[in-house]
Amino acid sequence: MSTAVVTANKGVFRGLNLRQKTLLIIGLTSLLLLTIVVSSVTLDEDSLKTDFGSKNLNPSAEHPFGTDWMGRDMFIRTVKGLGLSILVGAFASTISTVLAVVLGLLSSAGKVADSFISWLVDLFLSIPHLLLIILISIGLGGGAYGVIMGVALTHWTSLTRVVRAEIKQLKTQEYIHISRNLGKSKWWIATKHILPHLIPQILLGAILMFPHAILHEASVTFLGFGLSPHEPAIGIILSESMKYLSAGYWWLAFFPGLSLLIVVLAFDMIGDNLGRIIDPKTAHE
Amino acid sequence: MLDTEKIASFAGKKILRLVSLLAVVCFVSFMLIQYSPIDPVRAYIGEMTVSEEHKAKLEEYWGVNTPPQEKFLNWAGNILKGDFGVSLIYRTPVVDVIKERSIASFVLMATSWLFSGVLGFILGIVAGMNKGAWVDRAIKTYCYVLAATPTFWLALVLLMVFSVSLGWFPIGLSVPIGVTADNVTFFDQVWHLILPALTLSLLGVAQIAMFTREKLIEVLSSDYVLFAKARGEKGLDLVLRHGIRNVALPAITLQFLGFSELFGGAVLVEQVFSYPGIGQAAVAAGLRSDVPLLLGIVIFSAIFVFSGNLIADIIYEFVDPRIKQQEATV
Repeated sequence: MSTAVVTANKGVFRGLNLRQKTLLIIGLTSLLLLTIVVSSVTLDEDSLKTDFGSKNLNPSAEHPFGTDWMGRDMFIRTVKGLGLSILVGAFASTISTVLAVVLGLLSSAGKVADSFISWLVDLFLSIPHLLLIILISIGLGGGAYGVIMGVALTHWTSLTRVVRAEIKQLKTQEYIHISRNLGKSKWWIATKHILPHLIPQILLGAILMFPHAILHEASVTFLGFGLSPHEPAIGIILSESMKYLSAGYWWLAFFPGLSLLIVVLAFDMIGDNLGRIIDPKTAHE
Repeated sequence: MLDTEKIASFAGKKILRLVSLLAVVCFVSFMLIQYSPIDPVRAYIGEMTVSEEHKAKLEEYWGVNTPPQEKFLNWAGNILKGDFGVSLIYRTPVVDVIKERSIASFVLMATSWLFSGVLGFILGIVAGMNKGAWVDRAIKTYCYVLAATPTFWLALVLLMVFSVSLGWFPIGLSVPIGVTADNVTFFDQVWHLILPALTLSLLGVAQIAMFTREKLIEVLSSDYVLFAKARGEKGLDLVLRHGIRNVALPAITLQFLGFSELFGGAVLVEQVFSYPGIGQAAVAAGLRSDVPLLLGIVIFSAIFVFSGNLIADIIYEFVDPRIKQQEATV
């Protein structure tokens, strides 16, 4: 099957080749995400103080996302919430990636270990993901800690499979056989021949885990688990907005959710474009 | 050709797998809850004030002072007998709650499962047939955006547009408020089902459409399609004759493998539309520490996901003619 895509250079990116274009997309989206995180951390709490003089305002130039029933600016709340989501996502993906790499490597250690790891993956996939996060978060005592750990401990399955399959495939390669016959140690083969192939895959896997982690965190928070109502998390903003839906305050739910969608899309775009550059088959198209 | 030996060994393997899976799911989830800082007696009492005597009785009932392993064996023994305990929030046996709730959820999930499957398949075929054209790009973008859309946000947006602004659909619940159960018409139920089912369907389309598209493109670049083209077949006729038959089975299999995500989506959608299904019960059980109900739903959902995978396996092993032929030639 050939999936060679012929891309004509047109529009704003005229004059750039595909590689430059891809890098540009990655750069711009990363910048957007970084801006959100930095501004959410540096934004001062004062701008969120209640101001009953300006409550339930429609979106305007002064308050682009409108204000809520306590007069807080929804744009600032949203940015803060997105920053929190991205940070939680970063933490969760890091933990899940480490787990995935350790388990994936373990599975190549022997037959028993391999079947144990596949069994563990199957076990984690046997319960609906959302329910599993709820169960783990309750098991760990709930609260922000419970939810974050619930999200962090459940996203490793797909990357583990990737790492496992990749190692399996690499092990059958000619050059690894030759290396072994030349008397190189297992450790030498693992670090010199296998690891360099794995690193890009792992990096990509970690980035592609981000959107899932963010969406799950927002969903579980929306359902009312974990983060306290004072935190400006997107899930909390949206679940609060439900009370005001019938009053017609549509902006309370619309913009924060849309921003979340854009952030998730941005991560997807970074992941896809990075994957295209890393994969030698498509890198030179 | 179906031989009984193959069916027997397949069934045996699957039953063994289900039993071992359920045993582990029961054990792990029980232990998770057991060592969690949640106090079942406190959760049961809630805000009420109770006498010390009553409290002691409750503690005995919940086995607070019995060691965990004994407690687990008691609980597992009861489960084997079909007794999941009594739900704390609904004050009725867990089995009854799950039965009642899962019927409502089943209607919701089945509708959106079917609808998203058919719609996704058609979109995938259309996109694959017109690879690279604007219609393909539009469908691809649609799927790409959908995959990133938070389920509960889409539910909220639909609710705002169709219920609050346009007033076409009710804001929540699966039946009208203030109407007794006997007076609820079939029409009412359908009326309340449309928006939640629409939300779930729209989101479920993405995966199946992208998959169908990829598969169709693969099939269309095969030698036999090239040959068919050489014979003069083209357009829709070609796709219907050579494409659909090859793509349909994997697509149906994939749709059955999506039971887990379907359940997760239902949890969120039911919450937004206050649709009284099993997902809403799961959230309520989790938020209010209704341990027996939560464990019951976890077990139920594990069986649900397992049956989806099982059907997919059956299709793969017994229905797909390619697998059958491979076996015949071996």
